[in-house]
Amino acid sequence: MFETLILILDSTVRLATPLLLAALAGLYSERSGVFDIGLEGKMLGAAFAAGAAAAVTGSAWAGLAAGILVAIALALVHGFACITHRGNQIVSGVAINFLAIGLTALLGQDWFRQGGRTPPLSGDGRFTNIQLPFAEALRDVPVIGGLYSELLSGHNLLVYVAFLAVPVTWWVLFRTRFGLRLRAVGENPAAVDTAGISVTWLRYRAVICTGILCGIAGTYLSVAQSAGFIKDMTAGKGFIALAALIFAKWKPVPVMFACLLFGFLDAAAIRLQGQEIPGIGEVPVQAIQALPYILTVVLLAGFIGRAVPPKAGGVAYVKERT
Amino acid sequence: MTAPLAIELVGIDKRFGSVRANKDIDLKVAKGSIHGIVGENGAGKSTLMSILYGFYHADGGEIRVDGRPVTIADSQAAIALGIGMVHQHFMLVENFTVLENVILGAEGGPLLAGGVARARATLKRLAEDYDLKVDPDAVIEDLPVGLQQRVEILKALFRGADILILDEPTGVLTPAEADHLFRILKVLRDEGKTVLLITHKLREIMAITDEVSVMRRGEMVATRQTSKTSMGELAELMVGRRVLLEVEKQPASPGRPVLQVENLTARDGRGVDVVRDVSFEVRAGEIVGIAGVSGNGQSELLEAIAGIRPVRSGAVTIDGTRLDLARHPVDAAAMRRHGLAHVPEDRHRMGLVTSFSEYENAILGYHRDPAYGRGPMLDIGAIREAARVEIEKYDIRPPDCLLRTAGFSGGNQQKIVLAREIERDPVILLVGQPTRGVDIGAIEFIHKRLVALRDAGKGVLLVSVELDEIRALADRVLVMFDGRVVGERAPETDESELGLLMAGAAQEAAE
Ligand SMILES: Nc1ncnc2c1ncn2[C@@H]1O[C@H](COP(=O)(O)OP(=O)(O)OP(=O)(O)O)[C@@H](O)[C@H]1O
Ligand SMILES: [Mg+2]
Repeated sequence: MFETLILILDSTVRLATPLLLAALAGLYSERSGVFDIGLEGKMLGAAFAAGAAAAVTGSAWAGLAAGILVAIALALVHGFACITHRGNQIVSGVAINFLAIGLTALLGQDWFRQGGRTPPLSGDGRFTNIQLPFAEALRDVPVIGGLYSELLSGHNLLVYVAFLAVPVTWWVLFRTRFGLRLRAVGENPAAVDTAGISVTWLRYRAVICTGILCGIAGTYLSVAQSAGFIKDMTAGKGFIALAALIFAKWKPVPVMFACLLFGFLDAAAIRLQGQEIPGIGEVPVQAIQALPYILTVVLLAGFIGRAVPPKAGGVAYVKERT
Repeated sequence: MTAPLAIELVGIDKRFGSVRANKDIDLKVAKGSIHGIVGENGAGKSTLMSILYGFYHADGGEIRVDGRPVTIADSQAAIALGIGMVHQHFMLVENFTVLENVILGAEGGPLLAGGVARARATLKRLAEDYDLKVDPDAVIEDLPVGLQQRVEILKALFRGADILILDEPTGVLTPAEADHLFRILKVLRDEGKTVLLITHKLREIMAITDEVSVMRRGEMVATRQTSKTSMGELAELMVGRRVLLEVEKQPASPGRPVLQVENLTARDGRGVDVVRDVSFEVRAGEIVGIAGVSGNGQSELLEAIAGIRPVRSGAVTIDGTRLDLARHPVDAAAMRRHGLAHVPEDRHRMGLVTSFSEYENAILGYHRDPAYGRGPMLDIGAIREAARVEIEKYDIRPPDCLLRTAGFSGGNQQKIVLAREIERDPVILLVGQPTRGVDIGAIEFIHKRLVALRDAGKGVLLVSVELDEIRALADRVLVMFDGRVVGERAPETDESELGLLMAGAAQEAAE
């Protein structure tokens, strides 16, 4: 029983990682007042770029670099449309999602001719699992040993990056000048403008942060979790991340817990696949897969109170009286 | 021997589309003085100040600060030149603390910790020096407007402003708060700082400024030394004609009651009773004024009668129809059908959708009126025509009913709401702060309209924090204190007696 639990929790961590990276990515953008439903597209684009670059160069690090670059590029497209040209943020986000789906499939087929996949990665082409010190030695210590060597140790680098990004984001948001301004511009851009700060430049920087984290999220999917890119491999994770972000009311630490919760549901769904539950029978996988969404709606509707988004979110800034 | 100039503007021009907000403006402001700027709504005062603060860019002209020609590309540049501004609509981040708002843009380094500590110390010193006390850790949205304004002033002083621009700072203040503000401004001037003050209240101009400039329709028409001018002359310069500063009216001849309020009790958002057991009546052909220091339940009383605020107990009778509001709540639309019209106090927030065009706002709440359409369809032609008539009658500028409401100046936005409600020819009109933010020409007009409405046999319930306005307009004055009506007086009652009532003297004597 304990072993099973550890196993489920272990895969919870793995499954929560891309959600966490993407949700934190969204946090930067949305806190600055730029809504981003294009997390999915950016992740997908990054996953493809990372898979392709790692396959060609044989280096996971080159994959990471390519993933981040592509995600930043897509984020800048979103910024150009929404910040510079004051376009509709939802439309731009949707467009980026479609663009990513289409382009990754097209280029993947054209370059590698494997039905949209990138060639399988091995060795240095992937981020491999890291054993923390003493993991082996402690393995047999009851409880603590299992937790340490199974749960904490033995993940790849990007998992640690994701969880480290939580306190870092919190610190940036609440302890730095950039964070103060970021939060302010999402609430009242006119106040930021009259304080002598450029709203445009500030929002661009936020969007670039989003790109970086989305890039890492995408890279994780194709170069760390799997050994290569598969068509549509994000499979809605960008949207779940968005749900987690709303769920957590745009705050970094709650974002982590929300992502862990969704990761846990996912892990449980995989575990329960095909298993009989006494008294209920076989649970349809779809029902469990739908749980995160149902949970979000139910909890948002009743339990956690109103999720108030950044006040200036979704609207382009125009110098004008309101 | 002229004093050195803090600011000199030469030939400033600014257009918004077809509107020329500033035409070839010249202005000289002496260092260490308080310089007033007056002008009608839409005269271009806020625009000119926003140009000086780098918020808008002038299309032409030159700005000199301390004698040197400068280009002010953005607010950053203005701040660097020592210019600070308190905007007509505050520029605060509402869910930030006072401290966070103050340091925004002047954090003093990439990490907050050091800057915050220093800011806290500076804020403490400023609070003591200028009597600007506010809790640095309070969240803005929990603060009353008077304190929010202090935060804006602190923001400017924290950045080391030598030239402080205040755009209609007293519009939202109680008289006591305004006095406090003026004491602060005088201290600042005596320290050698320069203050630019925009206001519609000529009395304030006379009381505190050293010089005053008058704007009219985008032009600078005159600059006077305050000691050598009078309210009458300024009013005439502003409007271009003689203005009656007194209201002319005949004694009222009240008829049947049109509004009866019985034992009304209502709560505010936090669940505290703010209107307590209030009863009174307004008869046809009379104006009843409710005086009181703001925040004593007057706003909530209006809202409760208008059907916007839930009522805990009590009833309201409109023109003979009794409505038991506590048991059968009635919404604002139904109230209007009973013949009640309501000009809310905070028109900017409750009276307008600023992203709509003027003509859309002109029928807001009356869109089901058969005159404006058939079935679910609106008759846009008829609506625009009606809007044009109101624009003409109320002299709303620019006279363009297609313009987004956000593009109108603050005072003209007020007039749009006033026109909509007054022109509906209601049985009973509720108005809160009818002349807040509007210029003296418009005040004269609005006062005339209210008296005309009365003379046509309608009832008017007037809430205002301006005692002068109440005394001039009302036929009977009720004084509210702490949610209760603590007395009724004739408007001729002298100011100090009313003042004592407003301060709750009767209450304390009774206890
Ligand atoms: N952002 C804008 N877009 C379009 N028109 C504008 C804008 N800002 C101001 N205007 C127009 O410029 C003119 C001057 O406006 P401004 O706000 O300077 O007047 P004001 O003197 O401050 O009036 P008030 O006393 O009513 O505040 C008005 O006619 C207004 O409609
Ligand atoms: Mg103005």
